[in-house]
Amino acid sequence: MSTNTAMVEKYRNNFLKEVETNVEEGEWVKMCMQCGVCAGSCPLGNAWEHPPQEIFMMIRAGKREDVLTSDSMWMCTSCYSCIVRCPRELPITHIMHGLAHYAKRLGIQPKNNPTQWFSEVFWNNMMRKGRVNELRLGLSLYFRNGFLSGIRESLKNAGLGRNLMKAKRMSPMEFFGGHGVKDASGLQKIINKAQELEAARIERHGK
Amino acid sequence: MSDIVASNETIVVVGGGISGMTSALEAAECGKQVILIEKNPSLGGRVAQLYRYFPKMCHPTCGMEINLRRAKHNRNLRILTMAEVTEVTGEAGDYSLKVALKPRFINENCTACGECEKVVEAEFDDEFNYGMSKRKGAYLPYNMAYPQRYVIDERIIGTEDAGKAKDACKYDAIDLDMQVEEIELKAGAIIWATGWQPYDAGKIQPYGYDRYENVITNVEFERMADPQGPTDGRLIRPSDGREARKVAFIQCAGSRDRNHLRHCSRICCMSSLKQTHYVREAYPEDGMVDVYYIDMRTIDRLEDFYKKVQDDEKVAFIKSKVASITKDKGDNPVLHGVDTEGGKRYETPYDMVVLATGMQPSVNRDAFPIDIVINQDGFIEPDEKNGAIFASGSAADALDVNRSVQHATAAALRAIQVVNKAAGIGV
Ligand SMILES: Cc1cc2nc3c(=O)[nH]c(=O)nc-3n(C[C@H](O)[C@H](O)[C@H](O)COP(=O)(O)OP(=O)(O)OC[C@H]3O[C@@H](n4cnc5c(N)ncnc54)[C@H](O)[C@@H]3O)c2cc1C
Ligand code: SF4
Ligand code: SF4
Repeated sequence: MSTNTAMVEKYRNNFLKEVETNVEEGEWVKMCMQCGVCAGSCPLGNAWEHPPQEIFMMIRAGKREDVLTSDSMWMCTSCYSCIVRCPRELPITHIMHGLAHYAKRLGIQPKNNPTQWFSEVFWNNMMRKGRVNELRLGLSLYFRNGFLSGIRESLKNAGLGRNLMKAKRMSPMEFFGGHGVKDASGLQKIINKAQELEAARIERHGK
Repeated sequence: MSDIVASNETIVVVGGGISGMTSALEAAECGKQVILIEKNPSLGGRVAQLYRYFPKMCHPTCGMEINLRRAKHNRNLRILTMAEVTEVTGEAGDYSLKVALKPRFINENCTACGECEKVVEAEFDDEFNYGMSKRKGAYLPYNMAYPQRYVIDERIIGTEDAGKAKDACKYDAIDLDMQVEEIELKAGAIIWATGWQPYDAGKIQPYGYDRYENVITNVEFERMADPQGPTDGRLIRPSDGREARKVAFIQCAGSRDRNHLRHCSRICCMSSLKQTHYVREAYPEDGMVDVYYIDMRTIDRLEDFYKKVQDDEKVAFIKSKVASITKDKGDNPVLHGVDTEGGKRYETPYDMVVLATGMQPSVNRDAFPIDIVINQDGFIEPDEKNGAIFASGSAADALDVNRSVQHATAAALRAIQVVNKAAGIGV
């Protein structure tokens, strides 16, 4: 290691290092040149507190709390507008999801953010049978604020539901279990193993 | 053309822009035999298409005039225009070249009286003005063109126009039977000064250069500012001819971008700063400019130029790579993005937008007539493997005129050392 790289290592901000180690595609963060084209290209940009360009600067400035508890990464809809325009080819979308995932692993994600709540419901729904049960997913979304508002939401969206059924995109029979993959328990084993490996990897690298 | 004498003590310079002219003149003035090969009908290159020069804001024609005078008076220098090198073989101190000479259809008798131009009817896009105006099928490339000799566009050969032109010429200068000629040359060293071309702005999809008339490039803006240019020096919108008083510049349009050119083109920050003067001089009262940038790169002493522009309160600098351009009902380009200093979103209309497009090598990496070392950006590397083939000016890197000329002089010195050795002169 040259004196230069040794110095860089010594003074490298720890949060940046933490992100590089723990966040999927995190090693790209240092490549950002703060041009701002991602911030300007995000169609949901005005709904976030910090667009990607700001998040990357905050990581480098060591603003650990502000970044990980932010709801910004959870607002990303994976439209990829930022990725196609980034002059440095940063996989921005993936970093956003990586950060969100890391925050959740640490249990400091913004608890009331609807996307993070929905992601969890979606995941649990899908894990049960290896396929998403559209009907139950829809219902759990409508009933998230209690029974009465759930009824109201459901009635409001009844037309949509009927159309989905007509187009054979949703079956009322899903309510009684629904379809799944051939070997759901096999799939669960695969996922569990992957999670185990991931956990071991994180353990190895330290937090 | 059989009267060209060349030996392994000859230096061939390819490209007659400011760099090629400098290399050729420096070597010829040192007493070396030099042949300058230019593919266009005239010398001058891209510099001739600029209105004014940074940093002194002088007119490029002035420097050109000096160089042309040097060229005219030097008997060691031979200039071939409409010529392209098609093949190079051999090694340092002993190269053979094949050169294709395209027909000009007009010989040395031409006095540039312009009678042929008057009678020809066919019109084509004027390359000199980047297609912003038309020129006739018989034309002088530009006012100061050297040689001062007209050209017949090969597209009118065989049409009635060609005959009309021939009949109009009082000096028997038009020869419609000219053919492509191929000649062979010897050379001890070759200087490659083929220069640059503007990056194709149409490839930057979100900026809509190919869709919005009032989004133009910096090279087009140079032509627009020139009193002898396509708009007689008026800064006006291509869509409706209205005065462009509120102008935005977008820096790094296609440069420093892995989707386009990876390198920093190095001159476009300075060239936009220069062009803010054009706007402010044309409209001193209410002309206003916004420059959108990632970071302004005005190297060493050029920083003073930047500071002066910053002092003008009608010129603002916004640190942001513009995300996209749309167009409103009045044909105004609207810039969208986020100001990275403060995070404010903008959606700002302008009369006209100038894209500061970058410099790309003019010769494609696969098109060199001999295998030489070229870097990832397409510029020629200084490398021993290149033998006695030396790059000069912006064929070697994105350089301004000052640095191009320095580089060109160095290339001349290297070439001189090689031919001296061939001549048995101690080095
Ligand atoms: C918008 C803009 C504004 C600028 N303003 C300034 C300024 O104010 N001040 C400044 O210092 N610099 C300025 N520059 C930079 C300047 O244009 C370059 O430094 C200069 O043109 C370099 O000269 P060159 O001779 O290396 O290349 P060129 O000017 O490109 O000349 C190359 C020559 O080679 C010829 N050629 C190409 N291929 C072949 C071939 N295969 N065979 C034979 N001949 C060939 C071409 O026809 C041309 O004549 C500006 C650039 C831009 C884009
Ligand atoms: S577009 Fe890329 S380089 Fe520009 S600010 Fe966003 S991540 Fe950074
Ligand atoms: S000189 Fe300026 S505008 Fe041109 S590529 Fe470099 S930073 Fe961008």
